[in-house]
Amino acid sequence: MRIGIDVGGTNTDAALMDGITVKGACKTPTTADVSSGIIAVLKEVLRMTGVAASEIQAVMIGTTHFTNAVVERKRLLEVAAIRLGLPATRALPPMTDWPNDLATTLGRHTFMVHGGHEFDGREIAPLDEKEILRIAGEIKARGIRTASVTSVFSPVTPVMEQRAAEILLNEVPGLAISLSHEIGRVGFLERENASIMNACLADLSAKVVSSFRSALKELAIEAPFFISQNDGTLMTPDYVERYPVLTFASGPTNSMRGAAMLAGRKEAMVVDIGGTTSDVGMLMQGFPRESAVAVDIGGVRTNFRMPDVLAVGLGGGSLVRDDGARIGPDSVGYEITSKALVFGGDTLTTTDIIVAAGLEDIGDRARVAHVPAKTIATALDTIHRMVDEAVDRMKTSAEPLPVILVGGGSILVSRQLPSASEVIRPENASVANAIGAAIAQVGGEVDRIFSLEGTSRDVVLDGAKAEAADRATKAGADPSTVKIVDIEEVPLAYLPGSATRIRVKAVGDLVMA
Amino acid sequence: MRTHITLDDLDDLAVGAAILGTGGGGDPYMGKLMTRAAIEAHGPVRLIPLDELPDAFNIVACGAMGAPTILIEKLPSGEEMGRALDLYERYTGRTLDALIPFEAGGINSTIPLMAAAKRGLPVVDADGMGRAFPQLEMETFNVYGVPAAPVAIADERGNTGILEVKSAAKSEWIARGLTIRMGGQSFIANYGMDGATCRRVSVPGTVSLALGIGRTMREAKAQHRDGLESLIEFFAGTHYEEAKVVGSGKVVDVSRRVQNGWSVGIVTIEPFRRGEEPIRIQIQNENLVAEQAGEILAIVPDLISLLDVDTGEAITTERLRYGQRVNILAVRVPPIMRTPEALDVFGPKAFGLDHAYRPLGLLPQR
Repeated sequence: MRIGIDVGGTNTDAALMDGITVKGACKTPTTADVSSGIIAVLKEVLRMTGVAASEIQAVMIGTTHFTNAVVERKRLLEVAAIRLGLPATRALPPMTDWPNDLATTLGRHTFMVHGGHEFDGREIAPLDEKEILRIAGEIKARGIRTASVTSVFSPVTPVMEQRAAEILLNEVPGLAISLSHEIGRVGFLERENASIMNACLADLSAKVVSSFRSALKELAIEAPFFISQNDGTLMTPDYVERYPVLTFASGPTNSMRGAAMLAGRKEAMVVDIGGTTSDVGMLMQGFPRESAVAVDIGGVRTNFRMPDVLAVGLGGGSLVRDDGARIGPDSVGYEITSKALVFGGDTLTTTDIIVAAGLEDIGDRARVAHVPAKTIATALDTIHRMVDEAVDRMKTSAEPLPVILVGGGSILVSRQLPSASEVIRPENASVANAIGAAIAQVGGEVDRIFSLEGTSRDVVLDGAKAEAADRATKAGADPSTVKIVDIEEVPLAYLPGSATRIRVKAVGDLVMA
Repeated sequence: MRTHITLDDLDDLAVGAAILGTGGGGDPYMGKLMTRAAIEAHGPVRLIPLDELPDAFNIVACGAMGAPTILIEKLPSGEEMGRALDLYERYTGRTLDALIPFEAGGINSTIPLMAAAKRGLPVVDADGMGRAFPQLEMETFNVYGVPAAPVAIADERGNTGILEVKSAAKSEWIARGLTIRMGGQSFIANYGMDGATCRRVSVPGTVSLALGIGRTMREAKAQHRDGLESLIEFFAGTHYEEAKVVGSGKVVDVSRRVQNGWSVGIVTIEPFRRGEEPIRIQIQNENLVAEQAGEILAIVPDLISLLDVDTGEAITTERLRYGQRVNILAVRVPPIMRTPEALDVFGPKAFGLDHAYRPLGLLPQR
């Protein structure tokens, strides 16, 4: 049995799962110290299910803590941002284009050193080890406790980042070092940005992980625990301590994966209807399809892969106008309990339409008796058309797909959708996040530039696949369950030797003790 | 009339240059950052309208050559362009009076601005492509008789070279080879000419055009207006004249491969409107031709740009992916790019396409 926990900004949710069965789920408010909220929700879920702490085999935690720290500029360390790549890269020093307040919070300790590689693994310049020694001295003198190291084309060959780390650690024992090749992919500035952000979280990650650890200890849960990362796979606590930045945006991923599990589908569209918007995202092989555009976090450009989610202005509080022909994008939001007609207010909302149509019994039905039948019929048509269009836009083929409805506003949809093969409303949809964390798998990824010269594409691809699978196994996946879930090839224009950027992602089930 | 490029213009310029990139030319983001740093340090860059260019001015075209995928990882030192220009001046024995971009689309819209800011030189409000093209010989400068040589080339490590070549096509071939040895990225100054020649052989107003595109999109967004509609109106007031959305839909297939060093492929877009035939766009670094049910919607040298339906952002061909929702914007190139001699250099035949060029707007109405 396993427990999934979602530590959100408002609530901490837990779901206790036996295989793919939800034995129990609950919510408590998130606390400032995090751990007491986790303890409360764990106690409650164990109590309601009658499961003993000793029966728990694994605990999976999803958290927005690290994202929030960067967004709020709080609890961040000053960072020595070291770049290996001179004479290249000088035009844009580290932290170029960062919001001023964040760069200042991190101390603007930037260093550029000779080194780095070309796309084919040749050196741009040898690593200037003397300069690294000098920087180590500066780090000591300025009392900096964490550093990031980013070398040009380190996804092709990480040797210079590793060598620099070796020298730094030798000079400054205990320095927390973030190496870019372990964090990001090709795309220098974005990878460097992520590495610097990762470094500034070194203190917080140790604290958060230890508060998770002590919460579990207090409840005598001896099972290993994991934290979910942005691609929907798991990291061990040790790994999170070193790479907290990889938890960014794990929330939407967990929510979509939880919905998939609850509905028992791997290829589906998830529609999460809230009070103001509906978020629509597509699941492929049980994972969210990722967005291809650059993502800003706290004002910093990164190339993390985030779920591709389309938000449309339709929710339970959306305003209904033009006799039902126009809905949203504005909403009464959290004021629905005072502003909607059924709650004694004066605003016609989508919820009022559903009540007037006799589809749900919410608030005072007499207050919507005057709504004309034609308005009700038109508004219902509009609602279904909006959802259907959103689903259709997110689809990657014309084939109808199952649509999984979650969220409080899912009562708005009462009919079949032309774009859907079926409409599924799973139970426990309100804790989809925690469930998504509980069912997360272990992944491994390869992303670098390969030369196809003197070899064949199949040989190179097989090698990349084996390497990704091996990384998943090393991260704790059961080798017999590991499979390749994504392959992307981008040939590099203007280069000889069929240089191709290949990204392979493998995932497998966590080995359970 | 705009006289200078300032820091406030750079976001608009990057948005416009991405659309003029027609899927290629590299992401202007990096170039924007470099130009911003140069303008912060050295002040705004004077922009000279083509028709105000003095006859005797000594002008050279410049920009970067190489794979966009290299540039996003191996950032420039920022000195490469200056080194190529220094070498060009030394070799020709003459000081430069102004720079002109050799390409208006993508990152090369910004490189000359960065270099000009550092040297205190003005930039000519024009270019030699009117968009982005994959090869150095695909220039109106070449079409109308300016020799490509001498070509000055430099990398970030201080390696430089001067090429004396017999033809523009040879300059492309040899410079490309050097670029690969330079790690996939180089900076180039070539097509030296005087002001009088420059006025005759350049696509006018393309720096302002990129700025105007960016400004139009920004203002439309701020006023919650349809950005595409505004853009089409904007083009109508320029010498490009004709722009239109030739299709809207979802990317359902992207097939890509490398052929002779070019990234070639076909993107299939399924129209949002049910029952319409899929639209296919053929790519060679840039978007070359859009077809639907055997009918040509737009063809090179006219611009074909794929814009994200939600953000209006131009999507480069290397970032195209399954499932993206796009508007296909086509723009007719100005008259100087539609002459028979221009089409010989960068028309459909130059890309190995069998179709004849049919300028947008002269197609049968659908």
